Amino acid sequence: MTEALSRTPLYEEHLALGARMVPFAGFEMPVQYAGIIDEHKAVRASAGVFDVCHMAEFRVFGFEAFDALQRLVTNDLHKIDELGKAVYTVMCDEAGGIIDDLIVYHTGDLEYLIIANASNRAVDAEWIAGHLPAEVEFVDESERTGLIALQGPEAVRIITELSGEEPPARFHIAEARLDDSISVLLARTGYTGEDGVEIVCSAADAATVWRLLLSYSEVTPCGLGARDTLRLEMGYPLHGTDMDRSIDPISAGLSWVVSMKKGEFIGRDVLAAIKEAGPERKLVGLTVSEGVPRHGYPVLHDGVEVGTVASGTFSPTLEHGIATAYVPAALAEPGTRLEITARRKNVSATVVRPPFVAHTSLSA
Amino acid sequence: MNPADLHYDKEHEWVRVEGETAVIGISDFAQDQLGEVVYVDLPSVGDELVFGDTFGEIESVKSVSELFAPVSGTVVEVNDDLDAAPESINSDAYGAGWMVKVTLSDPSQLDGLMSADEYESFIANEA
Repeated sequence: MTEALSRTPLYEEHLALGARMVPFAGFEMPVQYAGIIDEHKAVRASAGVFDVCHMAEFRVFGFEAFDALQRLVTNDLHKIDELGKAVYTVMCDEAGGIIDDLIVYHTGDLEYLIIANASNRAVDAEWIAGHLPAEVEFVDESERTGLIALQGPEAVRIITELSGEEPPARFHIAEARLDDSISVLLARTGYTGEDGVEIVCSAADAATVWRLLLSYSEVTPCGLGARDTLRLEMGYPLHGTDMDRSIDPISAGLSWVVSMKKGEFIGRDVLAAIKEAGPERKLVGLTVSEGVPRHGYPVLHDGVEVGTVASGTFSPTLEHGIATAYVPAALAEPGTRLEITARRKNVSATVVRPPFVAHTSLSA
Repeated sequence: MNPADLHYDKEHEWVRVEGETAVIGISDFAQDQLGEVVYVDLPSVGDELVFGDTFGEIESVKSVSELFAPVSGTVVEVNDDLDAAPESINSDAYGAGWMVKVTLSDPSQLDGLMSADEYESFIANEA
């Protein structure tokens, strides 16, 4: 409680909307406006808007930018050779530990935009800049950049109206103008399991973009609370909760973002060995019989503690508790019966393969 | 807002005395702080509440909190409707959101609780 909290360019908007503000990743952020469950359901049924200006944006460019980034991340950046494509990846240290998860966007010739977690901004910036050759430029644009997510089955229709054209395809990014006046980048990405866009704009334009989106009655302002329930229903891992520097992406269920064929990258040898041998522990999904599982609750098998809950919440769609947890690989099969110690009592839990909620506007 | 005929404690429970029995719930301030209630774990009929001890748990999407007994007594009725509709605690904290009914084992404990006016000053200082 010593460091002053930062504010996003939308701070005053949140206060005006009656948001409940909480400290998060060094920022004063809205955790909810009307209520988490209503906001969550609005995103599943219509559209919700999220202030994600706290997230980090880095721009990397130059002749060697591709090769340098290819060494820094686990996924194969050849997947985004085409201009305007985006890829989800993690960035590991030499021991295979996850420094952060990122989306890398191919925004220009020899130029990439990286969007990363707010809480890891300083660590990421130091790591990335420290591993780039001198001729590759690195710019931390987080403070001058606004980022607003519009998510839900109505999101694409609304952004099409505002920009006058269809947004780019899934996992693509493109320049656009909103309301004929505001220059933005529209990225067809998100963290909710619904179709939608993340709007990259200048920090100075963020409040205008926010108000434009909220001028649609179908759009509900949503806080970090709904962002967390939405992402966990999809089984999307959260850095700092489901993964961190002590965990490798194979164990975290992210083998699909680790490309062993692309050549050398930081952490490759360790990750290849884990992939070959199979991870000792795996991140699994759990549904529980009652109550709400929370981060840190012990997970038991036959009365013996075998792991702890990583993420846990109440699923507004399913109306019961859901969680992720690291358990021994032998107990990771769907259908395995476990128990979670929820404070004073044990509740039964069943291993499932996320997503917890299968049918959304993305899967439709 | 906070009914004048109730007693309140510093853990934000309320008590409504009805003859020999007392109905217990949480205050409107408490439900607002918690956010949407999704689960309540309450004692069973016949269980003993002990003044100051926990008698259950209440979960919102974001957090879990303990319920503290504002008085001692034996549980004679439990609001089972909260199993299916825990959100009643948010929408009607002093009515449909009631939790348990107890026979008071020490009615003098009520003297240590706050009036609605005192409770309002208390939460004004806490907020």
